[in-house]
Amino acid sequence: MNDVAVILAGFVAATVRISTPLLLAATGELVAERAGVINLGVEGAMLAGALASAMGAATAGPWAGVLAAVGAGLLVAACFSAVAIAARADQIITGTAITLGTIGLTGAIYRSAFGAAGPGLSIPTFAALPVPGLRQIPLLGPALFEQSALTYLGWILVPLASWFLFRSWWGLALRASGESAEAARANGVPVRRLQILATLCGGALAGLGGATLVLAQVGTFAEKMTAGRGFIAIAIVVLGRWHPRGVLAAALLFGAASALQFALQAMGLSAPYQLFLGLPYLIALLALAGAVGKGRARAPAGLGR
Amino acid sequence: MRAERSPLLTAGAAIVAGFGALLLGLLIAGYDPLLAVGALWRGAFGSRDALISATLVRAVPLIVLGLAVAVAFRAGALNIGGEGQFYAGAIAATWMGMHLGGWPAPFAITAVWLVATVAGAGWIAFAVLLKLRFGVLEVISTLLLNFVAEAAVSYAVTGPLQEAQRVYPQSEPIAEVARLPLLPGSRLHSGILLALVLAALLWLILTRTVWGFRLRAVGLGPRAAWVSGRISPQRVTGFALLWSGALAGLAGGLEVSGVSYSLYQNLSPGYGFTAIAVALLARLHPLAIVATGVLFGGLEAGAQGMQREAGVPAVTVAAAEAVIIITVLLADVLARRQVRSRVDTLERESA
Repeated sequence: MNDVAVILAGFVAATVRISTPLLLAATGELVAERAGVINLGVEGAMLAGALASAMGAATAGPWAGVLAAVGAGLLVAACFSAVAIAARADQIITGTAITLGTIGLTGAIYRSAFGAAGPGLSIPTFAALPVPGLRQIPLLGPALFEQSALTYLGWILVPLASWFLFRSWWGLALRASGESAEAARANGVPVRRLQILATLCGGALAGLGGATLVLAQVGTFAEKMTAGRGFIAIAIVVLGRWHPRGVLAAALLFGAASALQFALQAMGLSAPYQLFLGLPYLIALLALAGAVGKGRARAPAGLGR
Repeated sequence: MRAERSPLLTAGAAIVAGFGALLLGLLIAGYDPLLAVGALWRGAFGSRDALISATLVRAVPLIVLGLAVAVAFRAGALNIGGEGQFYAGAIAATWMGMHLGGWPAPFAITAVWLVATVAGAGWIAFAVLLKLRFGVLEVISTLLLNFVAEAAVSYAVTGPLQEAQRVYPQSEPIAEVARLPLLPGSRLHSGILLALVLAALLWLILTRTVWGFRLRAVGLGPRAAWVSGRISPQRVTGFALLWSGALAGLAGGLEVSGVSYSLYQNLSPGYGFTAIAVALLARLHPLAIVATGVLFGGLEAGAQGMQREAGVPAVTVAAAEAVIIITVLLADVLARRQVRSRVDTLERESA
């Protein structure tokens, strides 16, 4: 019985840890999509953030890594904004190209900065930051409240994003831009500028997600290490029905799907690890069908235009 | 009249921009750009051997995948999952190739190609179903299926298809009869002929058949096509995606039967994504895709040379590919704007 409790606590802790980068990136993408921008470059922004955080942390500690990651994410999103929003090129293809370019550039920079087949780079990472009081809760306390500072930041962002999107004037203007740019413009909303800002915010959060992956989860950088997490984040936005709380739930679902692997191992069950490699993407596909299919979720009307 | 500027000019500008970006990227990352680009050239077009055994060999999957991208894009459907369909085709081809020992070669090769084609179509069928039945964007579904396919390859080469000693994560080699004949003294396989035939065939289909007309009509304006009452955009898009997946799967089959003879992870160095650049630079024109396929084949081959001689990771060329795609997009935007401003002037004059 005690074993079950331990495994369960470990499962919850792993779920939360794995879901954090997804939550951060998806919350950012949510803001962008509500403004009518679908940015497939989030994968690139995450990857750039991951590399920047590794390089920043190696030189000046984990917080410098976080700062560098946000900067890198902003830079990638700025490239996307210039092409897809300012010049109005196709968003999907631009995003794909931006991600492709980031894969190339991060590969080159990583090799020149850390050597070709360099051994696992060791960088200072974030230790768990226990929340006094709350961690005392039996079973779930240590699982939920002995996480890195970045996890708590992700949680705080959920109500913050809710408030911003649905309670503030700028949030209203942003959603109007995403539903009908024409109508918003007629009401004096600076649509293009808002979309760019929303995309930049998405890029910064994706960069932060990449930093979380490196500094609070994996502890090192590897080429293409985001492995489609940015694309999963886009699926999470759909699954979360374009709402911050839904996004949190969907991110936790994906975290759980990946954490299942460790839980099964701990229980002594074996399954080919590739099953778990592919599982999150399969769940994303099925979830998308469910989320979109029943008409409960509606994308912003002007998404991608 | 500048809106009708030649597509060649755009392509030229895109290539120059791509190379400029590559040089800049190399400089930023701290490499010697001239050494690297020299190595790139030698690896791609520097000698007869580089051209035939490296560049053209890589051009084959890029041409076929480029055609796959073009079929879908022409119908207004974005298949970003060429990589996944390529792997689905490669898995099926390897499985078939391992199991047809005594067959006569022509039958064996046909069988390998056929299962690869069907596997590619089957792989994208899932995305087509999600799109038509549930309205899931094909962009996201095809993209996610790439990762599922990579996991499937990883499973296949450490599980059911693994080589007999069970040491290396790769499959047993396919039977001799299933391997494509090579150009003597080179590594270039006869699959390149198939790639050329497919390009010509697709061009004929798109420009000379009702099916091709419908496909282009849907791509240009699904509403107009639907209002005409003779075209069902859903059906056309669905079929275009299936054909796109079939071609991408065939590309995987060609790679296995002509180059690798077995399956392993990273069989494709991102061909599925490079193919998007191949197709866009060719303006989705099947015959032009042959040329851009060779160009990008050279880039991929040169990237290997760059890695060998200058220590620059091959993946760096992805940055150049990205810049090429973006330049083409921007050129399109520019052309559209000029058309629009001309229309505006006409409207003002007639008012």
